[in-house]
Amino acid sequence: MTLLEARDVNVVYEPSRGLRIWSVRNIDLDVQQGEFVGLVGESGCGKTTLGYALTRMLRPPARLDGGQITFDGVDISTLVGEDLRRQRRNGFALVLQSGMNALNPVRNIEHHFGDIFKAHARSGEDVSASAIRRRGGELLEKVRLDAGVLNRFPHELSGGMRQRVSIALALALEPQMIIFDEPTTALDVIVQGAVMHTIQDLQKESGFTAILISHDLGIVLEATNRVMVMYAGQIVEDQPSEDLLHGLHHPYTEALLACYADPRAEEIHLGGIPGSPPDLSQPQGGCPFAPRCPLVEEICWQQDPPLTPLGRGLAACHVRAREGRPEEQVGHVR
Amino acid sequence: MSAEQRTTVGGANAEPLAPGARRTTSAVPPLVVQGVTKTYAARGARKKIMKAVDDVSFTIAPGAAVGLVGASGSGKSTLAKMITGSERPTTGSITFGDVAIERLHAGGLRKLHSRVQMVFQDPYGALNPLHTVEYTVTRPCQNFLGMSDAQARQRVNELLETVGLTPPEQFAPKLPHQLSGGQRQRVVIARALACDPELIVADEPVSMLDVSLRAGVLRLLARLRAERGLSLLYITHDLLSARVVTDEILVLNQGRVVEQGVTKNVLQHPEHEYTVQLLDAVATPFVTDEGKAPRGDNSRGGGGTR
Repeated sequence: MTLLEARDVNVVYEPSRGLRIWSVRNIDLDVQQGEFVGLVGESGCGKTTLGYALTRMLRPPARLDGGQITFDGVDISTLVGEDLRRQRRNGFALVLQSGMNALNPVRNIEHHFGDIFKAHARSGEDVSASAIRRRGGELLEKVRLDAGVLNRFPHELSGGMRQRVSIALALALEPQMIIFDEPTTALDVIVQGAVMHTIQDLQKESGFTAILISHDLGIVLEATNRVMVMYAGQIVEDQPSEDLLHGLHHPYTEALLACYADPRAEEIHLGGIPGSPPDLSQPQGGCPFAPRCPLVEEICWQQDPPLTPLGRGLAACHVRAREGRPEEQVGHVR
Repeated sequence: MSAEQRTTVGGANAEPLAPGARRTTSAVPPLVVQGVTKTYAARGARKKIMKAVDDVSFTIAPGAAVGLVGASGSGKSTLAKMITGSERPTTGSITFGDVAIERLHAGGLRKLHSRVQMVFQDPYGALNPLHTVEYTVTRPCQNFLGMSDAQARQRVNELLETVGLTPPEQFAPKLPHQLSGGQRQRVVIARALACDPELIVADEPVSMLDVSLRAGVLRLLARLRAERGLSLLYITHDLLSARVVTDEILVLNQGRVVEQGVTKNVLQHPEHEYTVQLLDAVATPFVTDEGKAPRGDNSRGGGGTR
């Protein structure tokens, strides 16, 4: 079942001074119930903005500029005020990169749970102190923390523990969908792995739909079952995660893959992507990746390629579209 | 990037421009860290003592690149602070050539900082948002090399070229917010190079950058090392970048060196369990030369079709 559907979503930043920036452009996407989708790309490619747009979290100067977002059968793109809040209540939650710093330093963890339960209490719901402690404790156990953490203050917890608390807070209202925006980027490697495993386990246990926004393709490929690659505000590739390591892909995806290597390998060739993403305050003609693309052709400068089938997924590339279905080809090395 | 740029900058240093211009690259002394321990008194009534760094010894030979790797809390940044003189070891000694860093005070530290410079992790926080690139990079030229405004401006241009911010005239008047993360980190590196240091301590210099930019900054560090003969202490939790930049690594766990050796050997044949743990934590679902299983084998989450 399709849980989230976006049609022609555009987001524009309209600062009071300076140029408008179209940071998300003509996005169409469908996310099925229970899917674990990764959204990857360089910083500034619009992945966070898209995540915010899909959850209606945009704040000025950002604004949804046309398009329709349907969540669980309800068009949320025009909801306001209490209607939007009600839709959010059981609908979706967001875990932020700096979520661990979003905790109130002068309140203990129990208080944070109390805030959520009280603010979103249904009529007749038990939000007594004992109920909050019980439910908070259960949630903490879900994220592999001791219920005793309820009495602790944020500064008494490590970064990894704080991020687990913020995941527990996101789980509090049993959302159907959780967007994780760089949930482990600020954490140490080992802790990062552990937190990601917890997220994956939770997703399997609770079956919520998850969107993982990350610049780290490595993490995304390990965790998700579908990857969308964003570039310059557009989705340029959409593939099953397991397919990404094989066959032909959008040249941007291939370039991103080349930025990784196994530190144990005999020889290491670390790729980078020369140049920088286009200026999104200017109208885009042609393929936005063309100036950095090794495969660039005449047509790429003239027409922005649409998403067309490639392998089992989609890619927006003139060259790859012509090459059609890829033969099985191992590796991404160049 | 080219040899000319290097010679111009190197040339500026070789000339007796200032009292600060003092060396040929071959004169970089070794950094010797000997039995260094740093303890902090932990807070709370129990008066527990926390050993942040525990009996660490190593040497950075002239022109070598040594990596300190470990998870957070392993003591790697504390070591960096002691090497740059902003913290003092509880016991042990740190010498750079004939200078005992642990005994330096204000004047001596200032002198040390013209020879040992740091590149910080966060290029967003390491630059004053109100100052232009030119101002930021000019300051050390004036402070440490005693350059005039005109000389400093000239040097800024050369430095910006060295770190790949070309054309320099275009970058010099910019404010940090007008630059990307990778460009900012290059400014931070240019600033560190400004006083022509002999040792650069880089504390997680690429961890906040996009993967697409990391390779560029890592290559820059490697090139600077080769061209200027400076030594590098590279601190990271990212084993891949350590592999690319360093010749030798020390794996730290809870303040202790658990493994030490040639980077490639240590990573390919880790002996200590903690090193293995660090390697496993790296999300690299990519097929390696040795034909390791691509994904899902060693992780709980990984592969499998769904």
